[in-house]
Amino acid sequence: MTAGLTFNGINKSFGGAHVLRQVSLDVASGEFLSLLGPSGCGKSTLLRIIAGLERQDAGTVAIGGRRVDDLRPKQRDIAMVFQSYALYPHMSVADNIALPLRMRRLSGMQRLPLVGGLLPGSRTTQAGIAKEVTRTARALGIESLLARKPGQLSGGQRQRVAVGRAMVRNPAIFLMDEPLSNLDAKLRVQMRAEIKELHRRLGVTFIYVTHDQTEAMTMSDRVAVMAEGEILQVDAPQVIYADPANRKVAEFVGSPKINMLPARFGADLTHAAGTTFDVRARELAGTAGTLGIRPEALHLAEAPGTGIFTGRVRLLEHMGSDLFVHLDLPHDGEGGTLIARLLAERAPQIAFGQTLHLGVRTGRILVFAADGRRVQPDPAPAAVLRSYA
Amino acid sequence: MSLRRLGPVAALARHAVLLASGALMLIPFVWMVSLSLKPPGEIFRAGFSLLPEQWYAVENYSRALTASPLPRYMLNGVLVCGAILSLQIAICAPAAYALAKLRFFGREGLFTLVLIGLLIPHEVLALPLFILAYKLGLLDTYAALIMPFAVSPFGIFLFRQFFKSIPDDIVHAARLDGLSELAIVWRVMLPMAMPAVIAFSIFSIVSHWNDLFWPLIAVRSEQLMPPPLGIMAFKNEEAGSDYGPLMACATLVVAPLVVAFLAAQRWFVEGLGGGVK
Ligand SMILES: Nc1ncnc2c1ncn2[C@@H]1O[C@H](COP(=O)(O)OP(=O)(O)O)[C@@H](O)[C@H]1O
Ligand SMILES: [Mg+2]
Repeated sequence: MTAGLTFNGINKSFGGAHVLRQVSLDVASGEFLSLLGPSGCGKSTLLRIIAGLERQDAGTVAIGGRRVDDLRPKQRDIAMVFQSYALYPHMSVADNIALPLRMRRLSGMQRLPLVGGLLPGSRTTQAGIAKEVTRTARALGIESLLARKPGQLSGGQRQRVAVGRAMVRNPAIFLMDEPLSNLDAKLRVQMRAEIKELHRRLGVTFIYVTHDQTEAMTMSDRVAVMAEGEILQVDAPQVIYADPANRKVAEFVGSPKINMLPARFGADLTHAAGTTFDVRARELAGTAGTLGIRPEALHLAEAPGTGIFTGRVRLLEHMGSDLFVHLDLPHDGEGGTLIARLLAERAPQIAFGQTLHLGVRTGRILVFAADGRRVQPDPAPAAVLRSYA
Repeated sequence: MSLRRLGPVAALARHAVLLASGALMLIPFVWMVSLSLKPPGEIFRAGFSLLPEQWYAVENYSRALTASPLPRYMLNGVLVCGAILSLQIAICAPAAYALAKLRFFGREGLFTLVLIGLLIPHEVLALPLFILAYKLGLLDTYAALIMPFAVSPFGIFLFRQFFKSIPDDIVHAARLDGLSELAIVWRVMLPMAMPAVIAFSIFSIVSHWNDLFWPLIAVRSEQLMPPPLGIMAFKNEEAGSDYGPLMACATLVVAPLVVAFLAAQRWFVEGLGGGVK
């Protein structure tokens, strides 16, 4: 019963604030897609538009190939888990989970207290609903909590109830709005795995909103990176990381953050951080831009030279298997800090305050134009290649 | 917190003031109950005693219940207050929901009208309402006692404030779960606003149970009279200066209110204190 989702040219403003600009995306049936972006970039607004809780100013939403712009939320076959969980505090867990089924399967008369139970058919329907509620609760491990009120539950338990309420009616599409952001770190890791498992088991389309890149990168088939109401790039997590479409994506994804060095592009070489790199981008020749270097693309070098960064160690962070080295670059080369991620085995050799040389493989340098656009560098001329051989 | 740090003198002074003001409000009540227990001879005797020398409660209270149609007045009070409260909630809750959670043109303007309605004392409307009731032929009916109060600006205001404190996400979740807008009001908003509902109910019942002004204008037949009007009629016609049974009547009339308030006190304070946690 899963369905794909397409939205096209979605625009939305609140008062004067343009919150979504021309957002378009195709989500395949059964896909796990994350919307990743800083808070305030319009992720929740987009989710509400998909669910039909908010109306877009322009653009269309289609579910399973059918336009749903004029359908009300309950007609869209979509369930949503809210950041605040949005459980009904006056109802028990069982009633919270049962409500969507009651609203769909019982008539208005049958839902009346007292009288409703006496009407034909309502007993069997009620029993069926109770059975499904129990089954859902068992699947989520909250069977023992069914009689409690949401106020008596921990954050993780509430989260499960919210998932249960969404799950119980077998929607074609699951929307999740930062469902883990109110949990502590340990529970977050555990729930990450559980949600992934849930997706595998249900096999329906998931659209997962988060500002946490780890969540997006670890759980998704594809990640859509958003900023200021626009989708910047939609790709598989490893592509987003290794091959970002522009500067904003490169800077948003990756921890520690990518090193961004102001650069001047020449005809053959690129100047940055007081040294030169064997990076050519002919279309940028003569302009200024940025070089992006992931911390793990840096390696220790023996001596200074061209394409080698030299600086003083300002901070060492031991992360178990990895070591993060913060290097202060000299001021004559415009200064700044470089973060390198080295293997921890090297740690004994490196001391705070010492001078360190770091090299980088040319192929791992990302080139950005002044406007933030990613530019593929031109291949090295044959002559240079030969000299390496 | 900061109150605890005040010295014993300040605490003593504070309690003295509270006791004094509490006593000021209570004394008339106590006096009323005391008089209802005394025989006629003791009521006007000089000197001050709360308890009667000769207990006359049975005589006073049985006269109160038999000489006047007091049970009928009380029944009228229950009918009228119940109908008023039901209509008020049935009308205020959806209106407050629309003002708190729906976006539509003219919402702020309508809310301003509600606030203005809050400022107008009911007495000002008495004459136009009287004429209206006369034109509609409703004078001297239950409808005349009930209809003018069916819409309560105060109720709309109180519920709106409470509904506003309920997160939008809950409304969104309810819409996705398939609830209609009215179902959201009855099944989600109103139950979540229970403290406000109870506080409002007490306000409404107390003020309409005790209302004398409008019933005096609207009804004439004894079988329609609510309690205070009934007592007044009883005093004029039957009792003259027979204050013992009159005070017994008054005690019986306020007793249900006191009991109801004590039972609901906790919610009452919570409902006026603020929104949901
Ligand atoms: N109902 C609304 N009225 C006015 N502004 C809103 C409303 N909803 C969202 N916004 C604004 O739209 C922007 C995007 O909000 P949101 O979609 O919640 O971002 P995100 O979920 O990515 O943090 C924010 O600047 C927010 O203030
Ligand atoms: Mg959000």
